[in-house]
Amino acid sequence: MRPVAVVAFTQTRHVGEDAGLSETELLAPLVTEIKQRTGITRFGFTCSGSNDYLAGAPFSFVSALDAVGAWPPISESHVEMDAAWALYEAWVKLQHGGIDTALVYGFGKTSQGDYPEIVTQGLDPYYLAPLGVDQVSLAALQARAYLDHTGTDETRFREIAARARSSGRGNPSALHLDAPDEKAGYEVAPLRPHDVAPVTDGAAVIVLAAGDRARELAERPAWITGIDHRSEPHQPGFRDLASSPSARLAAERAGGTDGVEIAELHTQFSHEELILRDALGLGDGVAVNPSGGPLSANPVMATGLIRIGEAAARIAGGTAGRVLAHAASGPCLQQNLVCVMSGEQSDG
Amino acid sequence: MPSDQTSDQIGDGPNHILEFPGGYTRSVGPVIGRFLSELRDGNLKGVRTKAGRVLFPPVEYDPDTGDDVTGEFVDVGPVGTVTSWSWVPHPRKTHPLDRPFAWALIRPDGADTAMLHALDMGVFEPGAQPPRQLKSGMRVRPRWRAERVGGVGDIECFQPEVTMINAPGRLEYRLRGGRALDRFLEGVEQGRILGHRCDVCGQVIVPMKGLCPKDGVPTTEEVELPDTGTVTTFAVNNLPDPRAPEVPFVSAYILLDGAGLTMLSLVAGIPADQVRMGMRVRAAWRPREEWTRSMANIRWFEPTGEPDVPFDEIKDYL
Repeated sequence: MRPVAVVAFTQTRHVGEDAGLSETELLAPLVTEIKQRTGITRFGFTCSGSNDYLAGAPFSFVSALDAVGAWPPISESHVEMDAAWALYEAWVKLQHGGIDTALVYGFGKTSQGDYPEIVTQGLDPYYLAPLGVDQVSLAALQARAYLDHTGTDETRFREIAARARSSGRGNPSALHLDAPDEKAGYEVAPLRPHDVAPVTDGAAVIVLAAGDRARELAERPAWITGIDHRSEPHQPGFRDLASSPSARLAAERAGGTDGVEIAELHTQFSHEELILRDALGLGDGVAVNPSGGPLSANPVMATGLIRIGEAAARIAGGTAGRVLAHAASGPCLQQNLVCVMSGEQSDG
Repeated sequence: MPSDQTSDQIGDGPNHILEFPGGYTRSVGPVIGRFLSELRDGNLKGVRTKAGRVLFPPVEYDPDTGDDVTGEFVDVGPVGTVTSWSWVPHPRKTHPLDRPFAWALIRPDGADTAMLHALDMGVFEPGAQPPRQLKSGMRVRPRWRAERVGGVGDIECFQPEVTMINAPGRLEYRLRGGRALDRFLEGVEQGRILGHRCDVCGQVIVPMKGLCPKDGVPTTEEVELPDTGTVTTFAVNNLPDPRAPEVPFVSAYILLDGAGLTMLSLVAGIPADQVRMGMRVRAAWRPREEWTRSMANIRWFEPTGEPDVPFDEIKDYL
């Protein structure tokens, strides 16, 4: 394996309502900043993640390329997924060789539409989408399955939300949300409003570099020692929703979670942290989502990439030696990506 | 193409709509096509995998192995078991039911996997809590649409199996309460609680009966009592009652201050498991404009917050 590291990361100060900026306008200052910080004006590869349904316009991601500067023509790709999968594609491209740097970005504005219903349009068109089942209703089915299977009390969900919001208030990029209301009713039982990631507009950018180029660009690169993603059947009724075998397998394939000190998990719902902790084998000593996580800021399509950026920032800042980042896609944690990073370059 | 309907005006409604007029045409293939055709006929069919499992709703490949499924379609259900559920207190306009309902994963008998569908639990007010009968393991059946078109919506929703019936019981009467009760209700209509003092034992009887049940003598001396009192004993009721605010509710014997007999009333305004013998309570009257010649003017009694009365002071009224 060619050693590849996260060498730079930046994100917007995310907002909970439309601040009047287009997706391109959210992204442009970040790309400018990261070009200045790295001194790179042309990247070997550029890959982005976004969702055209968010703006309701096909190929809307193309206009975001204006923020990058795509002339003369650049080597570029896009995934209609969270940008964590764009990072995966860039990592694969770097493994192929021939390039030393890659720019990865993701952006999303959920303030413009009704995100739980937008998710419906991404479901199987024969059995799920015609029912009109939305993202929160599906997540609540998984929460119920977890409660029934483990005997866990719903108050655990609120504790997770409370901790996420408290951490988020210490993160300048996150929304600063009040502690959960103990009397809050159900949004979709057993989930309450604070168990659901908030509407958020935002963007994030990461630069990957290989080998010596990474050492030139960062004092302490966050070396990717393992990255993998795995998927489960799309039909929620074909799965054991109380567990996440795909997250477990992705973590194994990424080299395991031993020695991980901090984990940034793509938890759009409180109960997902419990399921993922189990699947990833994260003990109580592992700090989960010290950034506040998606429950404090959820600029969809950038949220998973931000997990990688936030975790890498702990390596860059010297506060952790080995970290894990996780991204999820599809209903009820259908697909899971695990990226393990270390301050020490592995032999690969 | 990006729509040109977008305007700069941001009002209350949408200013941009993404829609496929007439819907999107999709071919369904032989496996899903067979399922949907059977569904239109009112049949539930699963498909068998090479490993022998029955997938429902049918898909083309075994999710465990990626192998093609066999061509064997098998009857499943129609009864199924709920394997997980969520409860929607406020349905969205895109949801299949417009009153609170459940989403459920339902595994029909004879199938190894579950299908997602709506589960109608009956009539609920918006914002309702999940009903207690809703739980994993409950048995449900499809409610078929009369007009079926070959889509997953041919099942309108699922509904619980019949586990109970409701037997109507009604008899009609023309009752008179008698003079003493008439007089008592006359008081209640004016927000007053009246009793009679017994000339012999001196105790106040409320509601008065025109005689002292202890001494067997007529009573006539009217006494007005306050609407405060003490719970002497009580019961926690788990069967719904139209007069009670919720289940469980508490019915209690209340010794009004100054009375020599207890009267039966509901106690509310406090969780059922916190009601105590000796607890001080006050009548919760309906708004004055709703008063009639009925004890219903007092909804129930609620705690006053005063210290409890020691057992010794109420032990003779149990």
